[in-house]
Amino acid sequence: MLPKRAMSWSEYMTLKRGAYRVFMLREVSSLFNALYMVFLIVMLHDLRGPKADYDAFLALLWSPAMIPLHAVAFAFALLHTITFFNAMGKAIVIRSGEERISEGGMAVPAYAAWVVATLFVVWFLGHG
Amino acid sequence: MANEPKETVKLEVFRWHPEKGGEPSFQSYEVPFHKDWVVLDALNHIKDTIDGSLTYRWSCRMGVCGSCGMMVNGVPKLTCAAFLRDYHPETIRVEPLANFPVERDLVINLEDFLKKLSSVYPWIHREKTDSLAQELRQTPKQLATFKQFSMCINCMLCYAACPIYGHGEDVIGPAALSLARRYNLDSRDQATEKRKDVVYSEHGIWDCTFVGECSTVCPKHVDPAGAIQQSKVEATNEFMLGPFYPRGKR
Amino acid sequence: MDLIEHDVLIVGGGGAGLRAAIAVAEANAKLSIGLVSKVYPMRSHTVAAEGGTAAVIKSDDSLEAHAYDTISGGDWMSDQDAVEAFVAEAPRELIQTEHWGCPWSREPDGRVAVRPFGGMKIMRTWFAADKTGFHLLHTLFQTSLKYEQIIRYDEWLVTKLVVDEGRCVGVVALELRTGRVRPLGAKAVVIATGGAGRIFPFTTNGAIKTGDGMAIAYRAGCALKDMEFVQYHPTGLPGTGILITEAARGEGGILVNKNGYRYLQDYDLGKPLDVTDPRHPQLRSMELGPRDRLSQAFMKEHDKGNTIEGPYGDVVHLDVRHLGEKKIDKKIPFVRELSKNYAGIDPVHEPIPVRPVVHYMMGGIDTDIHAATSVPGLFAAGECACVSINGANRLGSNSLTELLVFGARAGRSAASFAADQKAARREVLQTQAKDEQERIGRDLVRKTNGKERISTLRSEMNAAMESGCGIYRTEASLKKACDTIVSLRARYRDIVLDDRSNVFNTDVTSALELDFMLEIAATVCFSALARKESRGSHQRTDFPKRDDTAFLKHSLAHAGGAGAAPKITYKDVVITKWAPGARVYGK
Repeated sequence: MLPKRAMSWSEYMTLKRGAYRVFMLREVSSLFNALYMVFLIVMLHDLRGPKADYDAFLALLWSPAMIPLHAVAFAFALLHTITFFNAMGKAIVIRSGEERISEGGMAVPAYAAWVVATLFVVWFLGHG
Repeated sequence: MANEPKETVKLEVFRWHPEKGGEPSFQSYEVPFHKDWVVLDALNHIKDTIDGSLTYRWSCRMGVCGSCGMMVNGVPKLTCAAFLRDYHPETIRVEPLANFPVERDLVINLEDFLKKLSSVYPWIHREKTDSLAQELRQTPKQLATFKQFSMCINCMLCYAACPIYGHGEDVIGPAALSLARRYNLDSRDQATEKRKDVVYSEHGIWDCTFVGECSTVCPKHVDPAGAIQQSKVEATNEFMLGPFYPRGKR
Repeated sequence: MDLIEHDVLIVGGGGAGLRAAIAVAEANAKLSIGLVSKVYPMRSHTVAAEGGTAAVIKSDDSLEAHAYDTISGGDWMSDQDAVEAFVAEAPRELIQTEHWGCPWSREPDGRVAVRPFGGMKIMRTWFAADKTGFHLLHTLFQTSLKYEQIIRYDEWLVTKLVVDEGRCVGVVALELRTGRVRPLGAKAVVIATGGAGRIFPFTTNGAIKTGDGMAIAYRAGCALKDMEFVQYHPTGLPGTGILITEAARGEGGILVNKNGYRYLQDYDLGKPLDVTDPRHPQLRSMELGPRDRLSQAFMKEHDKGNTIEGPYGDVVHLDVRHLGEKKIDKKIPFVRELSKNYAGIDPVHEPIPVRPVVHYMMGGIDTDIHAATSVPGLFAAGECACVSINGANRLGSNSLTELLVFGARAGRSAASFAADQKAARREVLQTQAKDEQERIGRDLVRKTNGKERISTLRSEMNAAMESGCGIYRTEASLKKACDTIVSLRARYRDIVLDDRSNVFNTDVTSALELDFMLEIAATVCFSALARKESRGSHQRTDFPKRDDTAFLKHSLAHAGGAGAAPKITYKDVVITKWAPGARVYGK
């Protein structure tokens, strides 16, 4: 008997099959989300401190490396959110009689909540 | 056929023989291209007219027996449902199902699959013997809750698609976990607690990282990924709510 | 070599075999059971059955009615004592499967639902959408996993029965994985290996339906009964032969010819009701007539030039469009899936091209109503057996029930027989295994001088059977088929294989299966030649009438000797309550 042959992790990444690649990127996106969390925690910490610390933090935000870093983090956040919303339907089963509300349908309230939250944040920042 | 089509299509088929040993190789065959033919028809043509030593499993050729699962261009497929016209004029590469030991050529060893299937107590358990005078009642709504998970034909395409199963030894895997959910949701079954030890174990639902390919390749739309994620939600709710978790079937 | 011994051996892991195994385990928990199958049980062809399984459970139904429908459907060749036992046990057997978890489709109040089916005056066909066989097989297989005393030998091809001191004492089987021929001893053996549709070119049957069990029982001294009765299912897909279930007609589907005309009304099957009429489909009428009459009607339409030409032969149209997408997806979803995949049409929008294809063998190993054969210790059940309940033509949805009723009977009979037996003589089993290993090695694996290919002989057999022994037969066509089969059997001795190895040699298994098929094909042709009448699915244009005086009898084909034609004898049909009458449909 030939022992079982499984694809290596690198094969999963480079495989033409988009699904495995998307999965790997989705998993990696959590890393970026975690890093950004650290970033936000540092910002909160600096906010509580003397104004000088906060000004230093603002200066950091204006440095040239920040734009691409934020762009990448935003892209991963989008990927993470969209894949998560689209996958939610699999785990939640809501029935009407014998029929099941479609999996895709489950994402609608999530996207709606996202839009509302975004609008709220924009309003808050505008009036804050 | 009376009029052999002039077009052909090339198949590259995985060959390996335990009595010869060594590394596997690929053998090329030129097969007539019929637009109605599936990959299985091409394999049968090869076996009947070119090379009788080509070895593979098949039976029903209508996608219900689960025998003919193989990798076609790297994707797990039922070869009785993979049409040549979807690949022609590209070469079609046929290999045995991934993540299983190979007995010979395109035939894999499925003992591990059967072991995992049996491990989830896949039968109805009743506390008492029921009278044979009449059926147990089950409304269409109750049937609908588990029906989808009962459609598995044991073709193992989901196991071939699952990277976790590919790299793990004790992973219970998509089909077995779907079958466990099928019985857990069946209003007639009374063994949910026993199955939970298996399903909620480390090598049950918690090994799954929701790649989702199992559901993509499933030819019967069983949605094993759904079954597993739903089980995760249920397991978590049960853990969180503890004694307040509503038991018993809907 | 280690001898494997069990109390009961079951050959074949389909519906009947699994039911028998469970029955043995429940009859006597002390018995050890071996289940030997050439494929993993969930691959057995039971899995492909679609429409449903019949049993009386509704208040408007009666055992008498089920029996009468079955007996008249069988054109009075059914043994009425067997039918009476069958319809009486059917409800309990089906309820048992429900208790075991089979997901039967339900009425709103939670009771099991029934649907109309061909040849039945009252609805009694239980169904699990249109994948009844699949659900039944998986329910039985998963239930069988509960019983630790059932030991399975998956992918072991039984090639011979061992008979010693006047009884069956076991089998020898080729273990595919190693190529070794192993002896398995038992005190009782049940054969449940299915039919032999693969002797014909167009069939709903899967690759594995090659009549293995029938052939080995025949060679061990059992008679094969009623082999001439071969059922053509009226609605198979052209080319592939894939089954489109009778349930499509049960739900109201209609058959039309090239003029859009519901031609069945010309063939004494009643008058059509409009599809919008609430009484459509009318039971035991038109599209819900018996399968033999519907297949014969197709042939007559074909002769009149009314069928539609297609790339794989002529077809008629099965139209279910009027059912609407919702009903199709609820009641016959598999039909939609198969039509889209294999006929390239969506039945919601287009009619399905269909033609009669070989589906079932009414004939098989002669057994009594307890599933016992003429060889002590040998039992048989399912399509491979002939009790007979199906007579000259089987009604749809009786076969799955037959697996359960007679599978259980075979298991119980085997269990009680085995309890009184002493073990077999080991030397006999081991010698037979060794001899069989030598035969297979010499005649197949190692043989280099030969000029015939398996696939050539198989195609010629298929062609001979279809043209000589099809829906309509004549003396000349049958004689030709018989001669061809006899000559193919002689040419078989000259085959040569490509695969000379031991591990998983499917060239060898194909060759062994071809040998079995040629044996069975001979019994079909010769039995058909001898029956000079028309009855049910056996239609002779030279003897177009039913002849109860001469032929209200079962044919029995006996092995005559190597290569020689089978010897045909007859035995009376058992008539209890229902005197032979006319088969009336459409009234």
